[in-house]
Amino acid sequence: MSGFLTLLKRDLLLAVREGGALGTALGFYLIVVTLMPLGLGPDLNLLTRIAPGVLWVALLLAALLSLPRLFEADHDDGSLDVLALGGLPLELMAASKALAHWLSTGIPLALMAPVLGILLNLEARAYPLVIATMLAGTPAISFLGSIGAALTLKTRRGGLLLALLVLPFYVPTLIFGISAISAALLAPDGFLASFLILTAISLVAMVLGPVAAAAALRQHMH
Amino acid sequence: MKPMSTDAQTTPQSLTQRLANPTRFMELSGVILPWLSALAAGIILYGLYLTFFVAPPDYQQGETVKIMFIHVPSAWLGMMGYAMIAISSFGLLVFRHPLADVSAKAAAPIGAAFTLLALITGSLWGKPMWGTYWVWDARLTSVLILFFLYLGLMALRSSLDDEALAAKQTAVLGLAGVVILPIIKFSVDWWNTLHQPASVVKMGGPAIHPSILYPLIINAVGFSILFLALHMKGMRNEVLRRRVKALRMAEVEQAARGREASTAASG
Amino acid sequence: MDLGPHAAFIWASYGAVAFVLVVLLVWLIWDGRRQLRLLHELEQRGVRRRSGR
Repeated sequence: MSGFLTLLKRDLLLAVREGGALGTALGFYLIVVTLMPLGLGPDLNLLTRIAPGVLWVALLLAALLSLPRLFEADHDDGSLDVLALGGLPLELMAASKALAHWLSTGIPLALMAPVLGILLNLEARAYPLVIATMLAGTPAISFLGSIGAALTLKTRRGGLLLALLVLPFYVPTLIFGISAISAALLAPDGFLASFLILTAISLVAMVLGPVAAAAALRQHMH
Repeated sequence: MKPMSTDAQTTPQSLTQRLANPTRFMELSGVILPWLSALAAGIILYGLYLTFFVAPPDYQQGETVKIMFIHVPSAWLGMMGYAMIAISSFGLLVFRHPLADVSAKAAAPIGAAFTLLALITGSLWGKPMWGTYWVWDARLTSVLILFFLYLGLMALRSSLDDEALAAKQTAVLGLAGVVILPIIKFSVDWWNTLHQPASVVKMGGPAIHPSILYPLIINAVGFSILFLALHMKGMRNEVLRRRVKALRMAEVEQAARGREASTAASG
Repeated sequence: MDLGPHAAFIWASYGAVAFVLVVLLVWLIWDGRRQLRLLHELEQRGVRRRSGR
């Protein structure tokens, strides 16, 4: 367990010191959300209606942008092989990487969403819902994304391929994230069912993601 | 592929081992394939005859029910193709079966083709029946996502130069897809019930009259056999392609050894 | 044979199926022939695998 925490701390420190990745993701999130009213027209009623969906889809794309780097740097400089030789199982190592991605990218993106909600005239009562569903849903994005990141290591066209592989896996998270918000806005008691399923999907992803990512990473080790 | 063949010649073989041997597979499939193809062609022709000359129009859908006779088999084979990839992926990762990757690789484009056909025929049926080519209905959406998974599998394989690595990575993705597919299906079903009023015309259930069910089953059987024949042909091509590759490697090796020998002799 | 008011959609469906399946079939047969030709070329040049299978 201590190895897991050490690795997590290292990755978080790297993320903070390098800094650029998070800034790029946040900037991308902002620009995608800004483009929406430009494409759809400035009708505030329309924007209010579609705001949660736009925020969620843009969040998926922004998180996707930072995924290729998940294992790449460590693979290129050889530290991945060193880590694999250490006592920590590859599954836990992948889990630590994905967790670090969630803490350093997923949470900031989720917290940025309400700020962007202002641009989209998001309803006041939808703010806590957007934050809650995104905090519950973003672990799935990081952990399922880690599968794609491990698979596309050493591929040509890595980033584009990653999007094609990973976005279908994000469908359940997107659907339940949005349905929790819209259920809560329509009838307050409908929120919990969707929210619990959203959380369950994140938990499943936390188990499945590291196992599959480790299986993919293992093919690179010799 | 390499270590199995040498072992298999010295030790007594089980049935699976014998089938696992690519050489044996080529012999066996060479005999079966012509018969399988003829059978597929015969049943499909009979199915088409039933479709166009025997089956009555549906009381509700009219003649457009004829589209269902190819739409349903296509959708079913799109899913069967993925099941085949999943089983092959499992066979590769767990049992290291030498033909597993050949099977997974051959099944992908065929399964994708049938999934695409299910989508195309589905929208051509939807236009006269629902008034639109595409509805964000649960079933359509999940088949579309299945199609994306096929595209992902093929794109991942083609973007890795190392063939052994590509095989294993594709297998990992194939198996991850199996775990996630039911969740996607379930989520999309749920999503549909929230947003779409129940306007969807339901196929299936006891509502199908035998006069329509019978040609449907004949077509399904015919296209399934066609699928198997295409898959077998694809596997044969893949085995040949690997032989060509191995021979090319051997040729390069021989040339290198020859050059080494000649430089040693002259110097 | 009268296919009713939606005949065009029915023919388009069957046309699409025929087209895609014929493309698939032609590609498989062409690919198979090509691999066989390459194999024969290599064998005629006397290339053999070490295992001699």
